[in-house]
Amino acid sequence: MSLRNPFGGVSRRFAAASVLLAVVAAIAPARDFFRDWRQYQRQYLRLVHGRPDGAQLERRFSGGLQQIWIPELQVVDRCTTCHVALKEANLADISMQPFRKHPAMPHSLTEFGCVICHRGQGPATSSPEAHHATEAWEEPLLPAKYMEASCGQCHLSPLPGTPVLNQGRRLLERKGCVNCHNIKLADGSVVQSSDDPPPLNHIAEKTTREWIFAFVKNPQAYAATASMPNFAFSDDNARDISAFLIAQSTPSGYAPKLASRKATPATTDASAATEGASLYGQSFCASCHAAQNAGGNLVGGDLGPEITRIGSKVRPEWLEEWIRDPNGYDADTTMPHYRFNDKQVSLLTNYLLSKTDSDLLANVKLEPATQQQIDHGRALVVQNGCASCHKIEGVKKPENFAPDLSREGSKPFAQLTFPKGVKNSLPDYISSKIHDPRSFGPNLKMPKYTLTPAELDALSTALLSLTDRANSLPSRLRIASVRESKYQPAGKAGRLISDLRCFSCHSINGRGGDMAADLSWEGSSVQRPWLVDFLKNPNTLRPALIRRMPKFNFTDAEINTLTDYMLTVYQSPSIDQDTIPGGSLTPQLVDQGRQLFYSKYRCQSCHIIDPIQDKGYVGPVLSQVGLRLTPAWIFAWFKDPQSLRPGSPEPNQHMTDEDAKALTAYMMSLKAHTKTGAK
Amino acid sequence: MKKPVMLLLLALAMAACTRHEQAPVLPAASAKGAAIVEVSGSKQVQRIGAALDQPIVVQINDAQGAAVKGALVQLSGTNGTAFESSAGLTDESGQFTTLVSAPGQAGHFEVVAATSTSDGKTVEIKLDEMALGYEQTLGRQLNQQFCIRCHDPESTTERVSNMDNLDPKPHPFAEGDTLNKMSDADLVAIISRGGNALNKSASMPPFGYTLSKSDIQALVSYIRAVADPPYHAPGAAYANK
Repeated sequence: MSLRNPFGGVSRRFAAASVLLAVVAAIAPARDFFRDWRQYQRQYLRLVHGRPDGAQLERRFSGGLQQIWIPELQVVDRCTTCHVALKEANLADISMQPFRKHPAMPHSLTEFGCVICHRGQGPATSSPEAHHATEAWEEPLLPAKYMEASCGQCHLSPLPGTPVLNQGRRLLERKGCVNCHNIKLADGSVVQSSDDPPPLNHIAEKTTREWIFAFVKNPQAYAATASMPNFAFSDDNARDISAFLIAQSTPSGYAPKLASRKATPATTDASAATEGASLYGQSFCASCHAAQNAGGNLVGGDLGPEITRIGSKVRPEWLEEWIRDPNGYDADTTMPHYRFNDKQVSLLTNYLLSKTDSDLLANVKLEPATQQQIDHGRALVVQNGCASCHKIEGVKKPENFAPDLSREGSKPFAQLTFPKGVKNSLPDYISSKIHDPRSFGPNLKMPKYTLTPAELDALSTALLSLTDRANSLPSRLRIASVRESKYQPAGKAGRLISDLRCFSCHSINGRGGDMAADLSWEGSSVQRPWLVDFLKNPNTLRPALIRRMPKFNFTDAEINTLTDYMLTVYQSPSIDQDTIPGGSLTPQLVDQGRQLFYSKYRCQSCHIIDPIQDKGYVGPVLSQVGLRLTPAWIFAWFKDPQSLRPGSPEPNQHMTDEDAKALTAYMMSLKAHTKTGAK
Repeated sequence: MKKPVMLLLLALAMAACTRHEQAPVLPAASAKGAAIVEVSGSKQVQRIGAALDQPIVVQINDAQGAAVKGALVQLSGTNGTAFESSAGLTDESGQFTTLVSAPGQAGHFEVVAATSTSDGKTVEIKLDEMALGYEQTLGRQLNQQFCIRCHDPESTTERVSNMDNLDPKPHPFAEGDTLNKMSDADLVAIISRGGNALNKSASMPPFGYTLSKSDIQALVSYIRAVADPPYHAPGAAYANK
């Protein structure tokens, strides 16, 4: 056919090829023309058209592709092409997407764009490409429940608006995640653990091989709150681990005392038991240790281990020494040296030993260990990284035992494997892996932790905040993390403060716990005789407070050392003790202050002065405040409480100097034991 | 010879590209009831996207009011609401229980529980829940720090309520009947200037020197979120058409 009419054939082919070329060339513009953003913009205009404020909204609308471009942050976000009304306050009532107004947020859209917080693909111009993972783009939108992770890219310190992120970061430290995993934050600091796993290098003095076996098998059977996870060891492996742990144990500082100790028979005296229980209460052991009560409810704090079944765990002679002075066994414990006398030690020991569970070790029968078992136990201990948390004789803390998590929030999709039933996304990967690591493979070393759903969300949020972007953002945007200071007071008082473990509850100069008051400026705040009395016999200042300062059996010399040091060193630079502003505090001022207290400021709403008439449960009782606080501190407090104790619930009332002075005079007159303070 | 192969390949390619949306398999109901009632789970407050603290429990009753076992309950909700199981049969006591996660958008959201009755109709109940966004979450934190001791009548082991000690008594934040009548500006004024400045009880101290404007706005936003009956911003009504 082509031979007979070559010209016609060529022209036909040429025509066909041209048409084809035209069609092919038109595909891209046509696809672009039918992008969904055009439909959304038309839909928006129809939506606002019928509204009374429609004309106004139409004027503010600009059609076509929109883009937020912030080169410094590598942001090219076209989200506002479809999300046209993000800033329209008038449209607060529209809940239809993509036209919803953006809810209140702490940053402006033009400053940060969208994807820094929401993830997704900013430059995309079609809805699926912008929101979901594609072959070329593996970062889909971040689900709302993990949203606070995005704040954590810049904000490395806690924020009041991100409770979940804050909790997650605390858990990374508190659950000991960072004992195995390394986490380096974008500001270069390394996350440190804040848990207190016991050293095992003297464990044979503390407990029996049978208990170790039972605990290693199932820590939560001993204590529901045990932070050690269940490694799901077989009976044989638990047997060998217990054999090794007993074998590696060396004598502690207790050894000489334990050797010369006469066996004291346990008292079964009923009155001693009651006395022991009340001493346990008076010593506020429950501020740190929880125990199940008769109703099965857990009562007490979580700073120390749960003691519901402690009698089935510890050796009586060890417990006695531990209560007498924990330092001899574990120099790093958070437990204070209480200075109990012999009678108190014996009362508490007997009380605690009565907390047993006969079922716990009932079926544990272990033959004497063979060398082969001990060697195998050691291999298991090394293999499972026990020394990451615990001090073990002859086994070094392994380095890089578990994967580094510093960039976990940007882990490439190609590196993720998913077990059946887990949604293929990074947040679901992280959450499922924390929830049940071994569902990803039976040989995974990480065991299953006991976490509530809220804790799981919080941990996932904290890990999702560790992104590549967090590290590439300009450093001026970064709010550095707050790490505990290494503050250590010097001299005799410093040794006392260490011995008493004041830092377990109190914070001083950026180091320590938050269970009790910050003592950094205690010297400016309190009067010496009160502090001496308080240390001798601590009483509570707040009517509704459960956790209180325990009573230590101090010697007078120890009290002197502590008070001298605190009153000299822990001074606020902003408070001058020698000058009470505006001269002396006269009786007229006292009357004026009383008026202000009860009428103008109605302080009795929160504070008690007269225990019969006043009922405020919020702040400290003030009936003796004139004996407790210094006038300079009180005056400064009235002027600005938050500057002295950030976060105090007492607001700044913007008082005049006169009011603050009169109230100070009234406060200083409150010395309840002389009854002059009563209204 | 080539044509069928090409066609086959084309068919295969098309089959591979077609998405198969599997409809969830519903359990077969062994009984039907006449009414559906809430046992517990409404009016919970949770941040966006997170699971509500308490499960939702509904019960199916027959015409005489007796619980029906084995009736099918189907749950749906405001766009984005997620269910642990969105359908299921009632248990021995005629109840169906499931966990619910809040949608990603802040505001009130609805959970609808429905069942079909023996006469072929569908009966449903609606449960109202609240999802907190960033601003309300911040407000909730500030409430915990500054307000809750006086404004919450409930005590916990960690916190004794101070409300009964006060006269006049502070308004609980959920008290929509009273607080919904106040404008945002009213609430901001009371929080920032205190009772004294507004000739109200001096027991309410001013927080304007302690909290920033955005903090106080966050508190107002939280108070609006927990109001019961729900708060509707003025001016929203005309646009709802």
